[in-house]
Amino acid sequence: MTAVAEQTGAWLESFANQRPAAEWLRKGREAGFERFAELGFPTTHDEEWRFTNVARIARTNFQVAQAELTVRVPEGVEEIDPGAAGVDLGRFAAGGNAFAALNTAFLDRVTVLRVPRGAVIEGAIEIGYEVRPASPARAGESPAPPSPSTSPTAVHPRTVILVGANAQCSIVETYKGQGQYFTNAVTEIVAGEGAVVNHYKVQQEDRDAFHVATLAASLGRSANFSTTSISLGGALVRNDVSAVLSEGTEATLNGLYLVNGSQHVDNHTVIDHAKPHGTSHELYKGILDGKASAVFNGRIMVRKDAQKTDSKQTNKNLVLSDEAVIDTKPELQIFADDVRCTHGATIGQLDAEALFYLQSRGIGREDARNLLTYAFAQDIIDRIKIQTLRETLERSLFEKFHERPR
Amino acid sequence: MSLLEITNLHATVGEREILKGIDLTVGPGEVHAIMGPNGSGKSTLAQVLAGRELYAVTEGSVTYDGKDLLAMPPEDRAREGIFLAFQYPVEIPGVSNQYFLKAALNTMRKHRGLPELDAMDFLDLIRGKIELMEMESSLLNRAVNAGFSGGEKKRNEIFQMAVLEPRLAILDETDSGLDIDALKLVAHGVNSLRSADRSMIVVTHYQRLLDYIVPDFVHVLSDGRIVKSGGKDLALELERNGYAGLGIADEEEAVGKV
Repeated sequence: MTAVAEQTGAWLESFANQRPAAEWLRKGREAGFERFAELGFPTTHDEEWRFTNVARIARTNFQVAQAELTVRVPEGVEEIDPGAAGVDLGRFAAGGNAFAALNTAFLDRVTVLRVPRGAVIEGAIEIGYEVRPASPARAGESPAPPSPSTSPTAVHPRTVILVGANAQCSIVETYKGQGQYFTNAVTEIVAGEGAVVNHYKVQQEDRDAFHVATLAASLGRSANFSTTSISLGGALVRNDVSAVLSEGTEATLNGLYLVNGSQHVDNHTVIDHAKPHGTSHELYKGILDGKASAVFNGRIMVRKDAQKTDSKQTNKNLVLSDEAVIDTKPELQIFADDVRCTHGATIGQLDAEALFYLQSRGIGREDARNLLTYAFAQDIIDRIKIQTLRETLERSLFEKFHERPR
Repeated sequence: MSLLEITNLHATVGEREILKGIDLTVGPGEVHAIMGPNGSGKSTLAQVLAGRELYAVTEGSVTYDGKDLLAMPPEDRAREGIFLAFQYPVEIPGVSNQYFLKAALNTMRKHRGLPELDAMDFLDLIRGKIELMEMESSLLNRAVNAGFSGGEKKRNEIFQMAVLEPRLAILDETDSGLDIDALKLVAHGVNSLRSADRSMIVVTHYQRLLDYIVPDFVHVLSDGRIVKSGGKDLALELERNGYAGLGIADEEEAVGKV
């Protein structure tokens, strides 16, 4: 038996045992599983996965379950039937992303929200996924037979947000849970012409959990899109964020990752300037402590037609221990000649002079370190436009810095 | 009893010895000026007293208020009332001036057994001090020293001193880079903080500052040692004859002669 077959075999059983679904969903699932079976889990021989070893995910025998979903739909936003949405949920089955294909194979409850054309939405759309230990059986289903060894659960949340032309909204996605489990999420955002979308993703998974998430944003002409990825939890985390820009589109990709202990967080981003006059700003900041590791890989593609593209990418890392490791890599692929693209990456320690300055004012060494660490993250937090989210994160960061690495 | 007693203090950075046996006694309420050419060890002395780890003390002792100063980490020295006004105040992006100063003040109040101040009480307390230093109150909401002009940074140092009310203030070249108006303002701030129970060590290269902050004692530092001590007239003598008049080579003066 090949490694791929061995890995997919366990999933096949879960796949076959899924509850029956409508024709369109079943087709999507089948295409997804077929693709996943072809691809198998990536290995560190794949360039895209060089620094992130998913063997721990591949080897675990997961029991497929549903994450507990909380959706807050503000006035003016419609929650629609995925079958009627006209979204090609199977499109990920065609690509090379094995995790997105796996997600597609286990599509079940798909959250599809639509912001009508021209609507300006007050308050954020909030979508929360939580994995609790031994998820209760879904209503109307007979409970699964208790297995002697309670194997960890895998959830495959799928979220689709369709924002009409000139509409405006903000979206907050949160992921959390308890225990050992695997979240394999896919989120799609389609923003119409002139739409303004501010998206935030807060990942606060259990420190024993695996989290793999794909965010694909397809952005219309003159749309203004921002996404901020805050990564706090998880044992092994991979975020794939991609944005495809049209003419005059402005996209901002921000990220903050905090890792300590033996955590590993990998952020891969792709900004595709497909048309002229696009602008993109990217700022990812990382704080690493303990024996943790992180990866930042930022690809910026400027296609032949995408003249007058203006793109700036920055990745800054604060490394607090000798054993933490960061791999950072910009990947610029520029096929147009009249563009401005800049990128820069820094890896540094806490500033000894700043520490002394704080101490010389009576602030204790530990507090001074925490304050400077927090300050490093501050500019990402400051850019968050939702006050309650900003305040919640400020508190989480403070707690995170006060907890000693385990 | 003296507040500060420095005895035969030697300090090195890396392999290089910078302080080569300093003796200095500072009594309560006294203002001592330490003058000397560049590289004489003035700033090193200031930083060693504040606890900068960059320097290693290899010999000698420093007693502050009857305690072994060198055994204390920098934060404890500050809590015990030592304040260093930095020659180059450090920029700390992401930490607001107000948050920083409130945190500093509250650690000191806690150390002294006083209740911590909340945001309102803190603002009441600093209002007068902002006026004293003619600070833009918007500076409070900006990150510590980030994007401040040279003059604003120095004013911010003295403003912090006014808020933290130290027993021993060490001013490290607080005059450098200031135009005369800014210098007068800073000196006015410092003078208003002079009191019978607050001592000061004023480190400067130039006599000019001492026209405005008149010291009780002047010490001339050269090559890591105090080579001459006297009253305020010693500063005037230096002004007239330069360091060369005392037989001390000064890089800047030497450059000037070429």
